Amino acid sequence: MSVQGKLTLLCDAKTDGSFLVHHFLSFYLKANCKVCLVALIQSFSHYNIVGQKLGVSLTAARERGQLVVLEGLKSGVDVFFRPREEPHPLQFLREANAGDLQPLYAFVRDALQPVDSGEAAWRCPVLLVDDLSVLLSLGVGPVAVLDFVHYCRATVCQEWKGNVVCLVHDSGDTEDEESDVLLNGLSHQSHLILRAEGLATGFCKDVHGQLRILWRRPLQPTTHRDRSLTYQYKIQDKSVSFFAKGMSPAVL
Amino acid sequence: MAVAGTSGTGTRSTGSMVAAASTNNVTSFQRRGPRASGADSGCSRLVSIAGTRRSVRNGQLLVSTGLPALDQFLGGGLAVGTVLLIEEDKYNIYSPLLFNYFLAEGIVSGHALLVASAKEDPADILQKLPAPLIDHSYKKECDEDICGHKMESDIKMKIAWRYQLFPKMEGRPVLSSGFGHDYDISKRIPQELIETSKWHGFFLPEKISSTFNVESCSLTSGYMKLLQFIQNIIYEEGFDGSNPQKKQKNILRIGIQNLGSPLWGDDICCAENCDASHSLTKFLYILRALLRTSLSACIITVPTHLIQNKAVIARVTNLSDTVVGLESFIGSEKETNPLYKDYHGLIHIRQIPRLNNLIYDISDVKDLAFKLKKKLFTIERLHLPPDLSDTVSRSSKQDLAESAKLLGPGCGMTAGGKKHLDF
Repeated sequence: MSVQGKLTLLCDAKTDGSFLVHHFLSFYLKANCKVCLVALIQSFSHYNIVGQKLGVSLTAARERGQLVVLEGLKSGVDVFFRPREEPHPLQFLREANAGDLQPLYAFVRDALQPVDSGEAAWRCPVLLVDDLSVLLSLGVGPVAVLDFVHYCRATVCQEWKGNVVCLVHDSGDTEDEESDVLLNGLSHQSHLILRAEGLATGFCKDVHGQLRILWRRPLQPTTHRDRSLTYQYKIQDKSVSFFAKGMSPAVL
Repeated sequence: MAVAGTSGTGTRSTGSMVAAASTNNVTSFQRRGPRASGADSGCSRLVSIAGTRRSVRNGQLLVSTGLPALDQFLGGGLAVGTVLLIEEDKYNIYSPLLFNYFLAEGIVSGHALLVASAKEDPADILQKLPAPLIDHSYKKECDEDICGHKMESDIKMKIAWRYQLFPKMEGRPVLSSGFGHDYDISKRIPQELIETSKWHGFFLPEKISSTFNVESCSLTSGYMKLLQFIQNIIYEEGFDGSNPQKKQKNILRIGIQNLGSPLWGDDICCAENCDASHSLTKFLYILRALLRTSLSACIITVPTHLIQNKAVIARVTNLSDTVVGLESFIGSEKETNPLYKDYHGLIHIRQIPRLNNLIYDISDVKDLAFKLKKKLFTIERLHLPPDLSDTVSRSSKQDLAESAKLLGPGCGMTAGGKKHLDF
């Protein structure tokens, strides 16, 4: 795989960008990578069922050790109502003040640690986070989230030559300062930004939105800076179809 | 219907939808059908619970919100395991109606109820629920309203014959197999129905008076107690599958009123930079976690028009699954607008969740308005056919608006024999 050691930022503004998460999840699983999914807002079965539509079985991947999932909702209930002494990745739910994400990072590190075993190892490790904005709603400060991503990048991207993909919501004009800090900080660190937006003209049945792809930090320093492309998309039951602006099959 | 009990923690459940909590998934998001290989829903026959049905699109278990018209715009109903957030209208007149419909539907379907309020005793809330209608009395009322238009629509159309081919979208709800019932809001629910139902009440002033010995976890104490109460009920009554000996699966309907208001001890509505700014969002996250791991559905009403921090509103919306906003015309300039004169307010479906799917059922209709009649709360498409001539009289507009709303969404054009079909 040519793209390694990269941070990909998925961002959505006024629309739901979770289809990108499902895409990357199935993509990396099919590419035989070891994946750690930090699923903070939906249950595992949701990803599983969508994954089956996209052609991967998450339960099978989990059973053979290719996929490690942290179910935020299920473990959140555990840590909140039945607290234990040992640190839990979602420890910050119990803390009164803005917590830090050190235990969460420890979980990721343990999950993606390359194991020296005789069996065929997986390809590069991948961390997938869905999503980071919910951490802000849970009382974690944006700096703590940026620290967490930094730690993960240092370990997963630099040390293990893996990839990190995270989803962040762009709060738009709601004047959410914490979200803006997080988004700007991550945008500067990432190599690839995929931004799903609603159409400027509003709701359309045939074109669900627009995807802007922005490559930052190109590999060769001689190529000119940041390249960007824009596509419009329509989400279907088992796939997403992309087309150039104005070329929607409904219009032509 | 008796449920095949689960025999242990390690084995797969064969006949029941909800497996033992410890190792397997305990959610209602089980796909129907045996082709789900490797998934926990390895069963081919799923239990049906009273008052629920499966979504056509992905087999998701749905419950009715109590208003069949609203169910239609939400993609068939409210998914079990999700939160329905109602953004209250300005004077909190209409949102309690939706709240009451939801609870009344729970009682009629035989679901368990959990009612939480900081303002009103849950026992009083239950007394004020609307009475369910028996079919023949509702039909009689329908006929009075429609005055035979229903008959006319069955006549073959001569001019607008293309519309005959369209499926009739019924504004009138369908009483079928116990999903979605009609209610008469001018009457109270019969006492015996309340007594036979299983309900739990959480009235904040009663609970908060006990000694405060819980750690705060940055939640206000009211929210903390409510979460523990909900978790307790879910665990003890076995809604999360922790009690596999229970022979009958049931849904728990949770209703929380005026969440976020100062009565809950939250200052999110009072100040822009409040101290407990993460209290409500954390509460919603844990609530979502509790719902996803149990057979329950929740309705919450939040006075979002009072929340001054727009970022918080966005976060609250993101943490809820289905969001419906009510905007009443009282006191606004829209009250005198002739376009809106037959309605009492607008309904905005702000968000519908994508569950187990890349997409959801998006309805084409974006302009919805509601009207509170004497016995009924109706939701209709805000629809005005185009003016085709310069000299169209104002009175004809009234006629067509009336006929449009009587036939429900999608059928506005097919009111037979009215003036507006003269092109």
